[in-house]
Amino acid sequence: MAEVEETLKRIQAHKGVIGTIVVNAEGIPIRTTLDNSTTVQYAGLLHQLTMKARSTVRDIDPQNDLTFLRIRSKKHEIMVAPGNL
Amino acid sequence: MSKTLLKPPDQLELTEAELKEEVTRILTANNPHAPQNIVRYSFKERAYKPISYVDQLAIHFSLDGNLLLRDSDEGRRQSAKIGLEPEVEETEVKEEGSKEDIPEAGEGEEPPPHSRKEQKLTNQFNFCERASQTFNNPVRERACQMEPPPRATFSATANQWEIYDAYVEELQKLEKSKEKEKQKPLVAKKEDKARGRKLTSLESQSDDVTKVTKAAKIVERMVNQNTFDDLAQDFKYFEDPADEYRDQEGTLLPLWKFQYDKAKRLAVTAICWNPKYKDLFAVGHGSYDFMKQSRGMLLLYTMKNPSFPEYIFNSESGIMCLDIHNDHPYLLVVGFYDGNVAIYNLKKSHSQPGYKSSAKSGKHTDPVWQVKWQKDDLDNNLNFFSISSDGRIVSWTLVKNELVHSDVIKLSVEGTTMEGPEGLQLQTIGCGTSFDFHKKIDYLFLVGTEEGKIYKCSKSYSSQFLDTFDAHHMAVDAVSWNPYHMKVFISCSSDWTVKIWDHTIKTPMFIFDLNSAVGDVAWAPYSSTIFAAVTTDGKAHVFDLSINKYEAICSQPVVAKKKNKITHVQFNPIYPIIIIGDDRGHVTCLKLSPNLRKMPKEKKGQEIQKGPEVEITKLDKLLNLVREPANKPKK
Repeated sequence: MAEVEETLKRIQAHKGVIGTIVVNAEGIPIRTTLDNSTTVQYAGLLHQLTMKARSTVRDIDPQNDLTFLRIRSKKHEIMVAPGNL
Repeated sequence: MSKTLLKPPDQLELTEAELKEEVTRILTANNPHAPQNIVRYSFKERAYKPISYVDQLAIHFSLDGNLLLRDSDEGRRQSAKIGLEPEVEETEVKEEGSKEDIPEAGEGEEPPPHSRKEQKLTNQFNFCERASQTFNNPVRERACQMEPPPRATFSATANQWEIYDAYVEELQKLEKSKEKEKQKPLVAKKEDKARGRKLTSLESQSDDVTKVTKAAKIVERMVNQNTFDDLAQDFKYFEDPADEYRDQEGTLLPLWKFQYDKAKRLAVTAICWNPKYKDLFAVGHGSYDFMKQSRGMLLLYTMKNPSFPEYIFNSESGIMCLDIHNDHPYLLVVGFYDGNVAIYNLKKSHSQPGYKSSAKSGKHTDPVWQVKWQKDDLDNNLNFFSISSDGRIVSWTLVKNELVHSDVIKLSVEGTTMEGPEGLQLQTIGCGTSFDFHKKIDYLFLVGTEEGKIYKCSKSYSSQFLDTFDAHHMAVDAVSWNPYHMKVFISCSSDWTVKIWDHTIKTPMFIFDLNSAVGDVAWAPYSSTIFAAVTTDGKAHVFDLSINKYEAICSQPVVAKKKNKITHVQFNPIYPIIIIGDDRGHVTCLKLSPNLRKMPKEKKGQEIQKGPEVEITKLDKLLNLVREPANKPKK
């Protein structure tokens, strides 16, 4: 259990990382390093996008699954890794 | 009375003649009063003309009746006034008329329900309405209500992949049930169940964060990929273009640097690539310094995450050597400075070794310099060899969860038997520092010693060596068989030299002087003529015998500080990279430039021969060149 905490700490401490959010299966953020409103906004929007991306990948080939999703914008890059259920 | 004819006075008196006259009287229907000379004016002839026919009708008597036709206007009017009851005439009307409408319409003004009902005509003077109302019982509603059955909204999507998932789950369940059937020892079953229960209870208690383990790992790697993006690109795609112009030289491109905070004081004492996962490698940390002995660490890094090791193991004594099993890539065997050996299992989560030797089980009395896995023995038990400065080469077998050792060979220095007390012959024991097993010939192996000798030994002979080579003037740090050629091996030593031998010939084929103590040497897995050597002055040298037989084609300082000695080098089995460990605890990864990876060029018109035979012939050619002058007496 502590390993996961360690990993999250390391990710947050990594150079260039602005914030991390951990979201549970329903899309509710359980761990975050950003402020509340931003967290809620990001969590809600990205959850939907990830679901969509995942269903796209799986519809094309059911044996396939989404490993991660990167969104590169002019200012930042958002990286989403969906956990498996 | 008289029967006489009375003659009226005014009767005509006629003579008899006149009386006999016949007078004809004609009866006609003519009206005597009718005019006989009606004249009309005819416009045609413009004259009056007599009408031929004259009406001869004479009305004798006329009387107007007072009967009216019912259907006539007057008749209708009158019947409306009176409101006559229909009598027989009506039924007649009915029977007659197929069209009831018409007669009924005719009688329309009469009250309509002639055919239906008889309307009672109320007496206007003597009529009173008498109605009565019954008493209605009050209506009471009686209902019975139950508790509604519990409802829950269920929604799901039916996708192709949901269906696939369901099938996969089913399969897994089936497999599990099959496995449970096959499980023989009941004890193991109970253990599993207990473990299973523990796991489930932990999961329910713990926070949701544990489920994110895998995702967190992936994100960490993604972040690292971003940070080290240029290195990752270089690793994959960069090929030094300058190599086209430099025929005989190559370069090493520095890529990632791996280090761990807690291992900063410890030198890298062993590195090994994982045979299955080509991006995973193990690093053993310890200390070569006799005076400064402390703890040791075993770290496993992956190239996908250069900033943090994947697995971390601590140990009390410095690690000197390690090896990863070919068939079981989760088993590592480690040799310690205090003479112990241990097996670590990566699949298990605890950080202690699975099995460890101890003083009772025959550990070495001096540091273990090298360990190597062997093929499973006849009973399918894991076994490995270890060599140490105490002069023993020991074979360890994992029998029923315990390490059992058996001495294979005791190294003794030839020609130095001494006379001990009471006439015993004492043999000075040699100190083994490295060994290597032949790739094909199972029982054959080489041992390098601290005295500088290399012994060719066989597993079956425990006291006799097959052959001895006077290799070096100082301790032999590494020996290694050529991966392709069956007869060639290489050795390096702290006496600044690297030597290549043919095991049938006592003298080396090639000797290279590197101006500094050589820490390690390794053959390249893709070519029989390429090898790399690292020296304590921080340089890495790569040789290709097919290009240049006397010099390195690349000599490059690799580590930053000059006081940093390089201790080990290893080639990656598939990627063109090497990893180098130094005594500051850093592991550097370098990419080989194209010149260092040259394959034999195909001649035009000839087929490209793939496979190890090519490499063997290549090396053979070189050796033959060298051997002939070797037959002649050397200076």
